[in-house]
Amino acid sequence: MSNNTARNSGFKINGSTIVMAMYLLFLLLPIYWLLNMSLKTNSEILNSFTLWPRDLTFANYATILTDRSWYIGYVNSLIYVLMNTIISLLVALPAAYAFSRYHFMGDKHLFFWLLTNRMAPPAVFALPFLQLYSSVGLFDTHIAVALAHCLFNVPLAVWILEGFMRGVPKEIDETAYIDGYSFGGFFIKIFTPLIASGIGVAAFFCFMFSWVEMLLSRTLTNVEAKPIAAIMTRTSGADGTDWGVLAAAGILTILPGALVIYFVRNYIAKGFALGRV
Amino acid sequence: MNKTVNQKAWFLVLPVIVLVAFSAVIPLMTVVNYSVQDTFGNNQFFWAGLEWFDIMLHSERMWNALGRQLFFSCIILLIEVPLGIFIALNMPKSGFWSSFCLVLMSLPLLIPWNVVGTIWQVFARVDIGLLGYTLSAIGIEYNYTQEAFSAWATIVAMDVWHWTSLVALLAFAGLKSIPDAYYQAAKIDQASRWAIFRYIELPKMMGVLMIAILLRFMDSFMIYTEPFVVTGGGPGNSTTMLSIDLVNQGFNLGPKAAFSIMYYLVILLISYVFYTVMTNMDKKEGK
Repeated sequence: MSNNTARNSGFKINGSTIVMAMYLLFLLLPIYWLLNMSLKTNSEILNSFTLWPRDLTFANYATILTDRSWYIGYVNSLIYVLMNTIISLLVALPAAYAFSRYHFMGDKHLFFWLLTNRMAPPAVFALPFLQLYSSVGLFDTHIAVALAHCLFNVPLAVWILEGFMRGVPKEIDETAYIDGYSFGGFFIKIFTPLIASGIGVAAFFCFMFSWVEMLLSRTLTNVEAKPIAAIMTRTSGADGTDWGVLAAAGILTILPGALVIYFVRNYIAKGFALGRV
Repeated sequence: MNKTVNQKAWFLVLPVIVLVAFSAVIPLMTVVNYSVQDTFGNNQFFWAGLEWFDIMLHSERMWNALGRQLFFSCIILLIEVPLGIFIALNMPKSGFWSSFCLVLMSLPLLIPWNVVGTIWQVFARVDIGLLGYTLSAIGIEYNYTQEAFSAWATIVAMDVWHWTSLVALLAFAGLKSIPDAYYQAAKIDQASRWAIFRYIELPKMMGVLMIAILLRFMDSFMIYTEPFVVTGGGPGNSTTMLSIDLVNQGFNLGPKAAFSIMYYLVILLISYVFYTVMTNMDKKEGK
């Protein structure tokens, strides 16, 4: 292992390095351009074509962070995303345990049915959701969006957690029961710490999928719970688009993912593959 | 793992069933209701049978959207899968540079979908975008708001940018699980690079690649936000994918519901294939 590390951290130029460098450049260039625009004034964006900001300004970020009608979008998004993550994990944990440990009537059908909801197109559900939540008086509330996102996040959490739980040997459960633990005590004191990384990954993916979704969150809100994605569209007004502020808003939405990315880097593939890699 | 039969496990999954039933079954039943009824407004409905399905199945607009959708999904699969495998083969296997690549490659996957649209909108614009500006400057006719081919090229490039890393990361996970002994045996046999790929790496990656292909197909099949932000389905209808077409139906309840049901059935079918692949993989691992 140490041998390997030494060999790979010594930087030498070969075919692979060039391929990777080009690919990473392709990935980063559009993001750089957004960052570049967020630090420019609108007149610089529109009147001159510059590869980096000549007239560096943080005014676009200041606009967003001081104007309530802007930053409330981030607050709203964070509220329903966190609500959704907590709800999803709480209901998914016992269910995933049941799927990983027991056979019961209809278990396979149920597991499949959950998967179909992860794959359900939001466009199909947008209008019925709007009617459902309007009829129970939840339209334009955070909880409505949080519950709507449960449609795909609960199945996701169940599948990911089940993938992690099946890696824990069943003997641990049996030993704990013999030692006199109740199911609840065993689950909280012994089992949960064992699958802590799985819970972390499931939480991360619930957070991300709720954070990136726009169609449902936009359909189900109007004023009070309006997410940042919907607020961003207002930068294009009658007198043209406010490109600088739009770019700054975009950069700020990338931050939550970028901040935790290092800690989940080895689990990204596993999470997207529903715990199966 | 040998599981025991325990019907009480139903109590553990009950919360999930209640919650998902609330957010999946009730809306779906609404859609089913609308799809077989007609209305004159005033909340008065009457039975219309399969009329809406009949109309939608003969709707040129829907078939066109479906055609565009399948074309789009096929193109991006044809680009992303080979490119993703190629990238995975070239990734550093361990050490600092491996983490470095993993972190940067994951970045596009974690960007909100509407912001992905925004990024490409500003990147590809002819007046202020790096890509559009450069292409125009070297004399290529490119304007994604005016011309269908440019619009297509832009959303395909955007999807490749957004999701190739996922295929690469999955393929990379498959590659890493190959024991070193396989490579040593290949070395002794003096196998060529191609032979190693064809007879060792590709078969070992097959499982995760199936997941990658199905995930990409399914997610691209319901793509909405990204093309909506960049092109709004235009110019004309040239980039109107299935989901965009469905949302554009507005409050035209009957046809919209019939459309939704058919859309959902297709997804259900692909989900079943996906599920079969997943459970077969679990069996192979002997768990």
